Amino acid sequence: MENHTIGSLTTTQMGIIIRVQELLAAEFGDQAVTAVEELGLQPALVIHREKLAAVCLFLRDHEETYFDFLSCISAVDNGVESGSFSVVYHLASIPHQHQLTLKVIVENDRHLDNLPVVPTVSGVWRTADWHEREAFDLMGIYFEGHPDLRRILLPEDWEGYPLRKDYQEAETYHGIAIK
Amino acid sequence: MALQLSDTPSYQEVQPYQGAQRAYEARLAAIGAEEMIINMGPQHPSTHGVLRLQLVTDGEIVKEVIPHVGYLHRCFEKHAESMNYGKTIPFTDRMDYLASMNNSHAFVMGVERMLGIDQKIPKRVEYIRVLVCELNRIASHLIAIGTYGIDIGAFTPFMWCFRDREHIMNMLEWASGSRMLYNYIWVGGLFYDLPVGFEERCGEFIRYFKPKLPELDELLTANQIFISRTANIGTLPADVAINYGCSGPTLRASGVKWDLRRVDEYSVYPELAFDIPIGKGEMGCVGDCWDRFKVRVEEIKESVRIIEQCLERLEGPLKRTADFDPRALVPKKVNLKAQDYYVRAENPKGELGFYFVTQEKTDIPKRVKARGPSFNNLSVLPELSKGVLIADLVAILGSIDIVLGEVDR
Repeated sequence: MENHTIGSLTTTQMGIIIRVQELLAAEFGDQAVTAVEELGLQPALVIHREKLAAVCLFLRDHEETYFDFLSCISAVDNGVESGSFSVVYHLASIPHQHQLTLKVIVENDRHLDNLPVVPTVSGVWRTADWHEREAFDLMGIYFEGHPDLRRILLPEDWEGYPLRKDYQEAETYHGIAIK
Repeated sequence: MALQLSDTPSYQEVQPYQGAQRAYEARLAAIGAEEMIINMGPQHPSTHGVLRLQLVTDGEIVKEVIPHVGYLHRCFEKHAESMNYGKTIPFTDRMDYLASMNNSHAFVMGVERMLGIDQKIPKRVEYIRVLVCELNRIASHLIAIGTYGIDIGAFTPFMWCFRDREHIMNMLEWASGSRMLYNYIWVGGLFYDLPVGFEERCGEFIRYFKPKLPELDELLTANQIFISRTANIGTLPADVAINYGCSGPTLRASGVKWDLRRVDEYSVYPELAFDIPIGKGEMGCVGDCWDRFKVRVEEIKESVRIIEQCLERLEGPLKRTADFDPRALVPKKVNLKAQDYYVRAENPKGELGFYFVTQEKTDIPKRVKARGPSFNNLSVLPELSKGVLIADLVAILGSIDIVLGEVDR
């Protein structure tokens, strides 16, 4: 396909976003989608946190969307001054061959005993199991209802969440100086 | 200085959110009298690196597998947040170190699309990229097949595969200067044009390699011992594979025709003719270990076809010229507006994705998340290996073909 350009890709992506928005409005009313982000090439739907799991299940099973493949879950630290974290879901549909980006934005005060809470989607896609463990491990997002939210890449006695912008490396490990 | 271990609070007191960890420990403490916990790895040869599997066994039967990953965690994502896009490319090479070209291709493609220069890349550059990526795909699949033979107990295929892979390694070393970690594909172009005579040598390799494939088939694919060890073992139904996010040969072996080279039609793949092999259940049922192995064998043949077409064009209409500069479009500084973008590409092991969150006025990204195919393919292992024999677990793990550099990043 010679005329395959990013411009046309964006228009088809926008078409999916608008259609999904209509479907979600019909199913959940106007509370589910709080905003549409159009920063770059891939527009994203910002989903209300409480509705996330229901929205994901709906999008997976609806015949028009059928997002059966969860590509990726990324936790993003929006910066210390913004006081929020995002969790970004990249969905794909194998039969329809289209993609969709969902975002959940959670306000948080960054205290280590008060993690941002997002409902789990591991009941919708099992991919989310390990991806959510990774987001918990490195970014400190607590996924409510996750069956096995242990650290995955770091040792279980690691302190803090290294991908946070305000992360400080530990001075000691079990009382032993490591610096 | 005396260590005062007793004075420091234990991590249980420091860290909340340890409920799942406690539940896991309690689960292992409460195993039945018949059950035994066996640690496989992190130094076990059949785990292909530093993977540790905790097996809850009852005699020879594996009741449960608990994978522990992270022994090779090298903070790729944290590194990527502290340096510019060009400097991150060598780090991507080290993720799936058996297919470094494919990793950097995916990464570079994402940055180029955000810059809006992906349609301006010269055709010769794109064809060279596809050529080296497919060479690397063959090398990666040769390792998968060879080491799988070893896992099952066949030593000769391993030697044969490594012999042929060595030719590819030598060629890529000639082009990039490095044997495995190339840093060859750059944002906007290439490190250098191919060395003079590369096309001829590559053509010579293809002519040498093509007759070797039927030999490998005879030795392993149709080998009755091999079939007995792999057919009907570890059957992965298509719906389970999709739900677990499996991709690449692992997904295609379950009968799903899903190849991002065709779905996304990126780079020059739309101009190239190749088929997508899928598992057909010839020796057992669709999605068993033998199918996963067979899909890789078939993919090597398709990659050979792609390389032949690339060579034809690189020696014909896209012939090298004296004034051709593969670095002409390489930006001095990657200036991006604040945006986010998820790019995905078909790696030898499956869908490799990079999620970029960029920030204004700097060429250092705010966040780069890597979605490794091996990470997702490995997560299906506990599901696949419920109630299998320990020996079959080795066959299942080998058929998934993970590389720990990418699981742990």
